[in-house]
Amino acid sequence: MAEALVLPVTATGIVLARNGRRLLDVPELQFGGTGLTVVLGPNGAGKSLLLRVLAGLIEPDQGTVAWAGRRPDRARAPRLGFVFQRPVLLRRSARANIVYALKVTGMPAGLRAARADAVLAAARLEAIAASPARLMSGGEQQRLALARALALEPELLFLDEPTSSLDPASTKAIEDMLRTAALAGTRIVLVTHDTAQARRLADEVVFLHLGRVLERADAASFFEKSAAPQARAYLEGAILA
Amino acid sequence: MQDFAGEFTQAFWLMAHFDADLMAIVVLSLRVSLSAVLLAAFIGMPLGAFLAVTRFPGRRLVNVLLAALMGLPPVVVGLLIYLLLSHAGVLGPLQLLYTPGAMIFAQTVLVAPIIAALARQTIEDVHGEYAEQLAVLGVGPWQQVVTLLWDARYSLLTALLAGFGRAIAEVGAVIIVGGNINHVTRVMTTAIALETSKGDLALALGLGVILVSIAVAVNALVFGLRATAQRSAHG
Repeated sequence: MAEALVLPVTATGIVLARNGRRLLDVPELQFGGTGLTVVLGPNGAGKSLLLRVLAGLIEPDQGTVAWAGRRPDRARAPRLGFVFQRPVLLRRSARANIVYALKVTGMPAGLRAARADAVLAAARLEAIAASPARLMSGGEQQRLALARALALEPELLFLDEPTSSLDPASTKAIEDMLRTAALAGTRIVLVTHDTAQARRLADEVVFLHLGRVLERADAASFFEKSAAPQARAYLEGAILA
Repeated sequence: MQDFAGEFTQAFWLMAHFDADLMAIVVLSLRVSLSAVLLAAFIGMPLGAFLAVTRFPGRRLVNVLLAALMGLPPVVVGLLIYLLLSHAGVLGPLQLLYTPGAMIFAQTVLVAPIIAALARQTIEDVHGEYAEQLAVLGVGPWQQVVTLLWDARYSLLTALLAGFGRAIAEVGAVIIVGGNINHVTRVMTTAIALETSKGDLALALGLGVILVSIAVAVNALVFGLRATAQRSAHG
């Protein structure tokens, strides 16, 4: 097994505030090992911000983030995949989007085509591999964004509500890809609002509210009897103050 | 009242018969302006993209300066380049004064800020969309510049178009550094000015019609290219 370059990802003493409001306040949080963690929480809980801070995209006001014990750096960034709520695809074909990711992350030219074809096939996109990525449907675009992230064989994959605007069939396709990736050993952290999706996928749940981690538990016990009253209220559909 | 009908007829006769003098002027104009746009693009595009993706102290000031340089008066640029290229000037040994090279130099100085400023705006828009994705792929600043220039290439045609429009229509700088020498540095705009002052309106009109036709043709070409790109979602 290759040496871990980003796992575990650790946040220590993270504080992020804007306009006098504390958006994130996370004293200690770590993602390592294996499995799929779902980050749940109401709108404005700070879920997306948390992922961005951990991915090194946003610098916190206080605290540190470490990837495998060291500060995040650009060289190791490809080992931490990120799929955004709205897929960001280059103005190129589906295949060229994947080839580009492989190229900029240093894969030798001779290996890129075969790798791109393999991940496109796994995402069931091989028939439209030559199509302009930005003309594809929303579901296809998100599958492509996920395929591109997985093509780099990340140790850890962050997903920020990747299925929030997708239909059930597209959502299932994404979930199937995530299960396969998790089984293959990719550590996955998924932000979602969808508690049904969380029940289907999660090995573990982190519940966030007003920028704080109120509960972290294995999925079965979280959904059966969550410890935090806010988490229970959230699961019952209440609006949290 | 002057007989403009007669002048127009003569102008079209010159164009229809590809009058050698007329064609030499047209070809030189295109050569000078296209060369200047090409050189300005090599300077302006990477500069604009670099300003769009990097953050450094004084960046705002550079952007303001760049925007101000877009409106450089051609006669002032012509004068400054004249001083640089004149016998006593820093670039005097190059002996470029009153050559097409001097005109290309002057037009490059005029056009580069336009291309850089418009490229910066275009690239900034695409970068706003791509920034996080490129960051998670670990793409460095220079590679980002290359990626953004490539992906925005059809939108950037507008910047080239604006630059070409400025270059081909410009008269003040080229007349100072080129001297409007017949068969050497006479281009469409300087010829129009000269022929009008001499009262030879036929040649002036013929050149005017060609100048406008070129502008329309170049615009049509660029719009066609952009439309094609948008249809294939590469725009």
